[in-house]
Amino acid sequence: MLEVKDLHASVGGNKILRGVNLSVPAGEVHAIMGPNGSGKSTLAHVLAGRPGYEVTKGEVRYKGKDLLAMSPEERAREGVFLAFQYPVEISGVSNVYFLKAAANAIRKHRGQPELDAIDFLALVKEKAKVVDIDESLIKRPVNEGFSGGEKKRNEIFQMAVLDPALAILDETDSGLDIDALRIVAAGVNQLRSPERAMVLVTHYQRLLDYIVPDVVHVLLDGRIVKSGGKDLALELEKKGYEWLEAPAGSR
Amino acid sequence: MKQDVTTSEIIDREYQAGFVTDIESEKIPAGLSEDVVRLISTKKNEPQWLLDWRLKAYRHWLTMTEPSWQNVHYPPIDYQSIVYYSAPKQKKGGPKSLAEVDPKLLETYEKLGVPLHERARLAGVAVDAVFDSVSVATTFRAKLEEVGVIFCSFSEAVQNHPELVKKWLGSVVPYTDNYFATLNSAVFSDGSFCYIPKGVRCPMELSTYFRINSANTGQFERTLIVAEEGAYVSYLEGCTAPIRDENQLHAAVVELVALDRAQIKYSTVQNWYPGDKNGKGGIYNFVTKRGKCQGQASKISWTQVETGSAITWKYPSCILQGDDSIGEFYSVAVTNNYQQADTGTKMIHIGKNTRSTIVSKGISAGHGQNTYRGLVKIGKNAENGRNYSQCDSLLVGDKCGAHTFPYIEVLNSSAQMEHEASTSKIGEDQIFYFQQRGISAEDAVSMIVNGFCKEVFKELPMEFAVEAQKLLGVSLEGSVG
Repeated sequence: MLEVKDLHASVGGNKILRGVNLSVPAGEVHAIMGPNGSGKSTLAHVLAGRPGYEVTKGEVRYKGKDLLAMSPEERAREGVFLAFQYPVEISGVSNVYFLKAAANAIRKHRGQPELDAIDFLALVKEKAKVVDIDESLIKRPVNEGFSGGEKKRNEIFQMAVLDPALAILDETDSGLDIDALRIVAAGVNQLRSPERAMVLVTHYQRLLDYIVPDVVHVLLDGRIVKSGGKDLALELEKKGYEWLEAPAGSR
Repeated sequence: MKQDVTTSEIIDREYQAGFVTDIESEKIPAGLSEDVVRLISTKKNEPQWLLDWRLKAYRHWLTMTEPSWQNVHYPPIDYQSIVYYSAPKQKKGGPKSLAEVDPKLLETYEKLGVPLHERARLAGVAVDAVFDSVSVATTFRAKLEEVGVIFCSFSEAVQNHPELVKKWLGSVVPYTDNYFATLNSAVFSDGSFCYIPKGVRCPMELSTYFRINSANTGQFERTLIVAEEGAYVSYLEGCTAPIRDENQLHAAVVELVALDRAQIKYSTVQNWYPGDKNGKGGIYNFVTKRGKCQGQASKISWTQVETGSAITWKYPSCILQGDDSIGEFYSVAVTNNYQQADTGTKMIHIGKNTRSTIVSKGISAGHGQNTYRGLVKIGKNAENGRNYSQCDSLLVGDKCGAHTFPYIEVLNSSAQMEHEASTSKIGEDQIFYFQQRGISAEDAVSMIVNGFCKEVFKELPMEFAVEAQKLLGVSLEGSVG
């Protein structure tokens, strides 16, 4: 599904990613862990095509296609979804109207007929159950006045509606209390499927108690320095990141 | 929901009304003098009292200087280089029915989406079409006459209902009012006239469609609407002009009078040619619009969507003279590229228990400069006067500007005033959020802008709300990189 090869990227002239290699097949959930500033969020944004993130070297194949050559909206229409760490507020545009425009842009790209208001509302009702999101939130302007937990829940709700092939979750656990974390994780688990690949970017092992990954990668100074099974996360929890300090010559 | 008409299609359009109709027109030479005023009056076969009124206005105008307090900038206007009268050549006495109207004219309006054939017209809207200086057709007239509603061109009103014109002309905007209104009073060539008799609810929307076609021509039309006791009318005006490199002056006057319990709802979708991307050409839209709530419990509501013109400068206002009368102003003004707008309203509370509402939404993109300027005045006898004002500005990009000048004068301590204002910017993070969900940047701007303007659009009659949304898309085309 996703093949990242020797990816280098800079933000505002600062080199952040220094040769990331990553392979995520369909059906798997991969966690990317690492301390602050290691480049986790940068990787998520580079994959989504955020302006200002400059790829200086390397390539990314998504379903065999050159992901980096696509515009952000093309990537989204091709099935790449980013759950934002800080979802943006958009006044005046209702959540449901926003999602309908998104869903139909994607359907149009796939050559499927656009959903009318009635069919779309039925879909929304069904998917709202995944994260137990309140219907009043769906009608309100996108993320406006939402609590931190509601915003994160809204991201997972959008993911459920848009049905992506590759979901990248950027620090979805940050700012969530334990109950909200459980609900969000349960939502994510429901969306695991053999057709879907997921990349969880997280700082803490805590999230991985609820969403058990197939593979855990440690990102340090812009490189993946270690990969392993879910036990690696537990080890990191115990020992911290120091013992993995980047080998000499990486800087 | 008809709202989500494919915005991407819309954004790809440029100014669509920019074509020129190739029609022979009768023009007088450029320049302004007493003789020109007399000539216009003669051409229109006007009674002596109207000529006298025009001449008084002209002589007064000569004593005035062009105002300069507004926050807009333009090179000096040469009033002697403007043609003050231009009319498509028609049979003597004008067309008696649509069948006699030049097919080229009908085609022009057809192309603009304003078909004048009544059977083809959207049910429930009567249209007065003004082409350069004259009205070329008014539809549904007979049907309106059945209920006593008079809807015709201003010139016809002068001929057929002189007593009404004489009674109300200048009663809200006197000929001495301001530089451009005074100029209009001297040289106005046509416009619409509308009279709703006592107790009549006008059975359809009335609209005027203004079109400037000739080069170097100013358009000076005058609209007068009188709603007698308990009457109701909803009126819409639309405006377009061809793409030309020269600036053209449009100095109109609109006067509304509402007597006891009468209601007038006046909506404008203004799409004069805005000039090109570098600010060349475009219409100077210097307009005076004012309504007088003369009777008790009367109501006047202005709704405007201003997307066109190189410069827009107007303040549709309400004089709340009758006790318990209500004034409303809902506005969306867009400035893109090098467009400038200085617009707002005046709410003058004179009667007791008068209420006013102001909702202004300014959108600036490109190098556009958008100014809201509004006055709320509560007179000393206006017990319990109330006003609510909301002025929101939205910025797209970082080269544009938004300015707000609210003036408040309160002379009665029982008044209640509320004012809210906000400025927001469409951020790159917002655009990226849309893109990451599969929505293009241009659709994102269009959705945010339409959301921003919702409160105003809901005040427009349905068909026009859709039209207004489309126009916004066109106006903001190319505003995101």
